[in-house]
Amino acid sequence: MTFALQSLPYLWQGLLVTLEVSGLVVIFSLIAGTILGVAIVYGPWWLYWPIRFYSDFLRGIPLLVLIFFMYYGLPLFKVNLTNVAAVVLALSAFESAHVIEVVRGAIQSIPSGQTEAAKAIGLRFGQRLLYVIAPQAVRRFLPPWINAVVDTVKGSALVSLVGIVDLMLAIQQVIGRTYRPMPLYVLGALMYFVINYTLSSASRRLEARFAYVRE
Amino acid sequence: MSATSSSFVVQVRGLKKSFGMNRVLDGIDLDVRKGEVVVVIGPSGSGKTTLLRCINLLETYDEGSIQVDGVEVGFRDGPGGTRHPRGDRELSRIRADIGMVFQLFNLFPHLTARENVMLGLRKVRGRSAAEAKRIAEQWLTRVGLGDKFESLPGQLSGGQQQRVGIARAVAMDPKVLLLDEITSALDPELVGEVLTVVQELAQDGMTMIVVTHEMTFARDVGTRIVFMDGARIQIQGTPREVLSASGHDRLKAFLARIEMKHH
Repeated sequence: MTFALQSLPYLWQGLLVTLEVSGLVVIFSLIAGTILGVAIVYGPWWLYWPIRFYSDFLRGIPLLVLIFFMYYGLPLFKVNLTNVAAVVLALSAFESAHVIEVVRGAIQSIPSGQTEAAKAIGLRFGQRLLYVIAPQAVRRFLPPWINAVVDTVKGSALVSLVGIVDLMLAIQQVIGRTYRPMPLYVLGALMYFVINYTLSSASRRLEARFAYVRE
Repeated sequence: MSATSSSFVVQVRGLKKSFGMNRVLDGIDLDVRKGEVVVVIGPSGSGKTTLLRCINLLETYDEGSIQVDGVEVGFRDGPGGTRHPRGDRELSRIRADIGMVFQLFNLFPHLTARENVMLGLRKVRGRSAAEAKRIAEQWLTRVGLGDKFESLPGQLSGGQQQRVGIARAVAMDPKVLLLDEITSALDPELVGEVLTVVQELAQDGMTMIVVTHEMTFARDVGTRIVFMDGARIQIQGTPREVLSASGHDRLKAFLARIEMKHH
């Protein structure tokens, strides 16, 4: 058991990389996905089809293919990204496609009467979105979005395949030195679980905070 | 605009609107003077709700003109007499002066009764928080909800919710109030409390266009009744004139159906 403890600082470094990559991806995908999600609901038709294609295409290909494309494929077009940048870009693109769908679904779950009432008191588009639609849509948005964030953290393990020493690769390297896979895999799984369990329980608390009595 | 047209709060001319192949408004002319309570009656599908929704452009119209306080609602004039659809900003400014109360209340469920009334005052009228609060509480008290400021819509009965809906609309000090079957979704015993509020507003001189099936209300509160059927206005006049217009077959048939539903 001591070797597992000795490997902890090394695994800790890997964990930080996992958290850093996940954190960047969550932020980028949230911003891009929200803007595109609002655009696909309210935007003009000529924006609808490109976003629709982007979302369907990215959700339709394996994440690993996307990562390899950004890292090994883009240099063919004279775009050379570091492995971290390539991975963050690939994961963000993939994740933003999911955020688009979650945002779209959340907005469309709000009855049209809400928009009409907001129009009737003279609120402009941005005000309707900010004061009437968003506060209600956020409740529908949170549960599937947190699921997507958990998927991102788990999916970020794929970055080990382009040589980034995240938690996953750190575990494998320690196993490579010690030939003791089981305790380390258990330890690694436990660390992923702690992150994701924290996320989902935080989401339950958030959902409770945004809850209100419905008729 | 000339002085003659400005004496009308709402002036509708030759209004036409179709949903696909289905013409729902086929040349509507309607003038509403300040302080009038115009009650629009007619069978469902006669176009009365669509007419109301065109007036604050929740529905667009195909042909004709709607002016509220002398301003064309749906279009602005371009060079050479062309018409351009108004943008969101201009429309919002026009809509702020047209109050609307909905059949299904459409209160904002995440806001308290007071916040529902305050939202437009704060964000559209630019009132301070203290002023908006004072006006909101004043109107909520007037509609009999002086003890419900902090209630969320989900905690209120249908009749109470609809009175919040009325307070939200009139707090904006609109030039005209549009009421779209506002008692149709209510339990029968809650209809009275809502209509009483509307009647008081009418007595205070609020200009209103009311779509309703409540014939007692139409007769007692309406200054004019407009009967619509088949996408057109069939007959209009004072309640006495319209309700005793025994020569009009469609109206007679409609009134007979309404009677039967109520007995």
